[in-house]
Order: sequence, then C-alpha cells, then structure tokens
Amino acid sequence: MELKTRTMLDRSFTAVGILAIVLMALSLVVLLQPIFVRGAGAFVFRGTIEYRELRLELFGRGDAAKVKAEAALAEEARGPVYEMMEAFEDELGEMEPALRRELRGEYREVKDLIGDLLGPRPGESRPALIRGQFGRTRWDRTQATLHHILYREEYDHSDQSRMGVKILKPRSEIFAGTALEPLFGRLEADIERIMRPRWTVYWRFLFDESYDAHFFGGIWPEMLGTFYLAFGAMLFAVPLGIITAVYLAEYAGESGFVSLLRTCISSLAGVPSIVFGLFGLAFFINTVGVSSGKSVLAGSMTLALLVLPTVIRASEEAVLAVPRTYKEAAMSLGAGKWHTIVSVILPAAMPGILTSIIISLGRAAGETAPIIFTAAVSVGRPIAFWQALGQPSPALPWNIYNLATEHEAVDEIRHVQYGMVLTLVVMVLLLNLTAIIVRARISKKLRG
Amino acid sequence: MGTAAEGRNEHGEGPVAISGEAQRPGHIRIGIEDFRDEPLSGRRPLILSRNFSVYYGTAAAVRDASFDIPEKLVTAVIGPSGCGKSTFLRAINRMNDLIPRCRVEGGLSLDGQDLYSPQVDVVALRKTVGMVFQKPNPFPKSIFDNVAYGPRIHGMSDRGRLAEIVEHSLKRAALWDEVKDRLGDNALGLSGGQQQRLCIARAIAVEPKVLLMDEPASALDPRSTARIEELIAELRGEYTIVIVTHNMQQAARVSDLTAFFYEGSLIEFGETKQIFTKPRERQTEDYITGRFG
Ligand SMILES: Nc1ncnc2c1ncn2[C@@H]1O[C@H](COP(=O)(O)OP(=O)(O)OP(=O)(O)O)[C@@H](O)[C@H]1O
Ligand SMILES: [Mg+2]
Repeated sequence: MELKTRTMLDRSFTAVGILAIVLMALSLVVLLQPIFVRGAGAFVFRGTIEYRELRLELFGRGDAAKVKAEAALAEEARGPVYEMMEAFEDELGEMEPALRRELRGEYREVKDLIGDLLGPRPGESRPALIRGQFGRTRWDRTQATLHHILYREEYDHSDQSRMGVKILKPRSEIFAGTALEPLFGRLEADIERIMRPRWTVYWRFLFDESYDAHFFGGIWPEMLGTFYLAFGAMLFAVPLGIITAVYLAEYAGESGFVSLLRTCISSLAGVPSIVFGLFGLAFFINTVGVSSGKSVLAGSMTLALLVLPTVIRASEEAVLAVPRTYKEAAMSLGAGKWHTIVSVILPAAMPGILTSIIISLGRAAGETAPIIFTAAVSVGRPIAFWQALGQPSPALPWNIYNLATEHEAVDEIRHVQYGMVLTLVVMVLLLNLTAIIVRARISKKLRG
Repeated sequence: MGTAAEGRNEHGEGPVAISGEAQRPGHIRIGIEDFRDEPLSGRRPLILSRNFSVYYGTAAAVRDASFDIPEKLVTAVIGPSGCGKSTFLRAINRMNDLIPRCRVEGGLSLDGQDLYSPQVDVVALRKTVGMVFQKPNPFPKSIFDNVAYGPRIHGMSDRGRLAEIVEHSLKRAALWDEVKDRLGDNALGLSGGQQQRLCIARAIAVEPKVLLMDEPASALDPRSTARIEELIAELRGEYTIVIVTHNMQQAARVSDLTAFFYEGSLIEFGETKQIFTKPRERQTEDYITGRFG
C-alpha cells in the first residue's frame, strides 16, 4: 500500500473513532442531564411554610418558635381567603335553588382544592391521612394547585371529527357576581405571602422514612431494601462464583461435560431477568420455601442467580490471566494446589474478581424484574437486617416503576420518583467508579 | 544434520560417555581431578538417573539418560535449544507433573528415594529441591513475604523466626544489603537481577538440599549475570546445584561437572574441565566450539 493511502486510512479511522466517542458522550449527556436536573428537585427545592410545619411535626426538625411565628404570618395572610369562603357559604344558602345547585358543586371543587393547597382550615377537624393534614409543601406543586383553582379544565367536544379540545375556563367567571369572585384574584396576588416559599436543601431525603405513600419524607426504606438485596445477592453469588471460577480454571480440565457447563453458564447470562424473577418465585418461595411469601432473602437469592454468570466468567478470566510463572514458583516451593490458589492465584486475580463483583453489585441494585415476585413491596417501613430473612421490603428500582405507574397521585410525588432515579443512577455510577479505582489500586500494588 | 543422525544412532540407547565406574552406585570417579583444584572423587552421588526418559505424549524429550549428580557440587546441563535440558531439570522436582500429557520411564532417584514411586510426597520433595526459573518470577508481594512464602506454607508462623530466615536467606543470596531498608516494598519494583537473586533467596528459605536453576541469568545484563555467578560459587559446597545454561563460558566458570544433551540424549557427562578441554565425543566438541547449536 502506498504511504499516502495508509496515512489517509489512519486519519479517517482516527476521525471515525473520535466521532464515535463524541456521539457517545453527547448521548450520555442527553440521557443524564434530565435525570440529574429533575432528580435534584427532590433534594433542593422551594419549600413552603407547610413543608416546615410538617418537618417539625413528623421529624422534629427546625426551630419550633420560628416556624410558629411564620405559620402565624401565613395564617394572617390566609384570613381573607377563609372570610370570603365563609361569606360565600352564607350567600349560597340564600340563592335560588337552581343556581344554588349549580354553584354548590362548583364550590365543593374549589373548596377541596383550597384544602389541598392550604391544609385544613383553622378549627376544622384533623383528617386521618397525613396528606390531608398539610397543604402543599413544595412551591412547584403549590403553583400547579393554584392553577387548578384559578382555571377549570373543560373539553370542547363540539367538533365530532376531532378529539376534545382542552379549554381553560377562569373560575372567577363561574363565580362572577358572588362573594367568591374576588377570592381568585386575591389568592393569585397573595400566594407568596400565603405559602411563604423558601429555598430548601433536603439531603435527608435519602435517610428519612417515607410517610403516606411517599407524599412526604424520604426514601430510606427503599435505600435500605436495595442495599440488603444487592449485598445479600453478593453474599451468595461471590463465594459460589469464585469457587466455580477456580474450579473451571484450575481443576476442571477440558472434558465435554465441562464445556457443556461453560456453555450453560454463558447462556444463563442471556436469560431475560423476568424469567429469573418467576423462577425465584417458583423455586425459592414455592418449592424450597425459604420464606412463606416475598422476602429480601428470596430476592437476594434470585438476584444472586442473575449475576452469577457474570461473576463466574469474569473471575475465571481473571484466574486464567494470572501468569503461569506465579503458579510454578509457588509449586516449586512446595505449595500444594489449594495453597497455590489461595495464596498466589486468587490475590493476583483479585483486581478482575473485584471488578466483576462491584459491577454485579450495581446490576443487582438496579434490577427490577427479579424482585417483583420475590422481594419488593410498594410501601413499607425500613426493616432491620434480621427481618430481611422473612420480610419483603421496598427497593429503589421497583418503587420507581411503582410510583410511575401505580401511585394514586402520580403528579404529586414526581419529585420522589425522580429523586429515586437519581439516587439509583448515582449509586450505580459510584459503584462502577469504585470498581475502576479499586482495580487501578490493586493492579498498581501487584505491579509494584 | 548428519552429525545429529549419527549421534542418535551411536548413543540412542543406554548411558554414554561415562566411564564404567561412574555408573556404579556409590562413588563417582572422574579421571581428571585437578579441576577447581580440589578432588571431586569421594563425593556422594545424590541424584541418580538410570535409563531415564521423559515423554510429552509420544515424543521423547529426554531419552535414556543415565548419570549421577554428586552432592554439593555444581553440575551444568548444556545442549542446543530443545534438547530436553529444562525437561530433565523439571523432572527432578516433578514440575512436569503440571503438564497433563507428560510421563516418565526409567529411574530417577534422589538420596536413595525413587522420585517417581507412588509413595513420594511431592510437596516434601519440592521442599527438598528448590528451583530458580529463567525469568525472575517473584510474587507480586513484598520482598519479605516473597522470601517468607515457603517457610509460611510449611507451617512457620513465628514472626521472629521468619524474620531471621528472611535475613539469612537474603544474605545468602547477596541481596540483603540492597533491600534491608525496604523489605515491605513490592518485589516487582526490584531490578531484574535483584529479582532473580530474590528468587534464589526465596528458594533457599525452605532449606532445600538441591537447587535447580534453569538459565537463571539468561534474562539478565552482564553485571547481574556476574553477580548470579558469584552467588552460585558461594552457594557451592552447601547445596547441590544443577544449572541449565546456554552460555559456555558460564558453564565453564561455575560448574564442576557438565552434562551435554543432544536431541534428548545424554551425549557426554564428566568433569567440566575435561568436557571443555578434551571432550570425548565429536558432538560435544562441535557444540562447545560453536559449530552448531
Ligand atoms: N509442555 C510441553 N508439551 C509438549 N512438548 C514439550 C513441552 N515442553 C517442551 N516440549 C518439547 O520437549 C522438547 C524439549 O524441551 P525443553 O524445554 O526441555 O528444551 P530445552 O533444552 O530446555 O530448550 P531451551 O534451551 O530452548 O530451553 C522440545 O522438543 C519441546 O518442544
Ligand atoms: Mg529450557
């Protein structure tokens, strides 16, 4: 080949390589940016006076005197709103029956929404659910609720050929001429005084218990559940994986049975994770009966099966990559096979083995399907680790899915969901980073 | 090539080039006794090879070798590449056991004990027969742990005793002064020559009777090579050393006796001085004068 052609080929290959890397970096940014931005909303947001009251009552955090004083100010600002409502309620009693019937329904909606926004009226009986005891704790939700109060959503179906068209109808028009009419303008103008938003950092989101189906509080039960499941899985997968790997690499030889075994292990790595989940239910819970129902133990075992092929393959590679000379040196000093493995081969294979373990840990932490039937529940308190033997637990991946699809008020807890996603992503990224660092450090130690 | 074919025909079977007396168990007697200015007779033969053959599958790598390696002397094994030197050496501490298709025939004994009888405890044997490899192969551990490795696996755990052994072995291997202040450092940080001496120290630490060295200096620069050779000279008299080398000068410098292998067969065995000055066999002469190999 001519020098010119060769140079050109080299250059174009370099260009393609750089392009590929830039594309990957871009897609990573596009993927991670919303996760980080939205997830950050769970930790840093504008909290209202309701948030501070709730924090004081549920978690005992915050300056009680200050919160009381602030609540009094908010109460003062809310006074006119309540007065208008009372005036309208009186007015309603004296209306013509037809009009009254129409406006009563409309008013009930407004009243409920104001209850959502501000919490129970002073003097009203305390609702049982915590979500009824407090108003909107977050400024973004405050604004959304306010919007609902100010405008009624209607759908215009007059054109049958098309989908209904959404129309926002100001409620001040609906209540025009009544005592309630000025309420809407007042609420809109005074909302900051009424809710008193303030920038809040809530790093305890990670470590707080969750209240009322994630309406309030943090994600500690999920964190803990994920932690138990992932480390529990490693408890089973690591010893089993390393022993299998050492057996395959050092003892098994090359019989047909062994290559069949290898093929099986490789295929196992390709089995869809939902199949592992069903297997876990059918085998660990229904057949073996490690627990009477879902439990962290059963989930860990299922996850262990899922990551086992990875651990075995990577550890076997690592063991095979240990220079023969180490083995010969140990043998020539009179070390038996077992001794050689424990004192020379495994330490030298450690970087590879550890990397596989840490990456598997990330995988086990993030897998959803295997734990649906075996370990995860949507709502639960943090469990102590001995309870993990017989009890299910919430866990991040499953609860992300659950909050997104099955929660009764998805919009109100979006921030929790994004917070969980961010936490999980950061957790896995950190684990992988640890893997890289650990690997580098041990390799350096081994290289001298 | 003609020479090679002849060699096989003439010497293919049985022991060659060794005087009748030398094959009697007991003492070996070699004609010229002034090499190294000390008598070699009267040395007890330690390793006895009798019609010993090693096969990889069906191919013989060592064929019918018969000779006696005397105690506490340095015996060099020379010969062209692929002639079975390493194979023979590795047969002495049964490192060939690691190779699945390898088998042996004939007799090889150490100190009166047949090395290939079923009763042999291979671990104990390898404790008696230390080995130093062509490429320095310290473990990726600290200098101390490298030397202490052997004693430790043989049950020594007393820290003080271990420290003594490590110091003694490193001194014996002429490495102590260079590493005494950094015993905790990783052994892979040492130079190649230091690593090789460390490997010798590591082998010495289990107090073997025999030291096998397979081209111990071939991966080293001339200065390190010289140090290794000095070391061998120092260890002579204490250990029975069998050294494989491609370097004729080295063999001549360090060894008392020399065995010349050619295509798996032992062509000639005798005192180094005699082999290098008055070889009995044509092939030996051709090889040491550099006509082939
Ligand atoms: N593991 C093995 N499997 C099969 N054949 C082998 C194996 N090791 C060595 N041989 C063969 O046995 C013969 C002798 O090899 P050996 O390594 O003993 O030679 P050597 O004299 O040490 O050579 P060198 O000077 O190059 O080290 C060679 O033909 C070699 O190809
Ligand atoms: Mg060799």
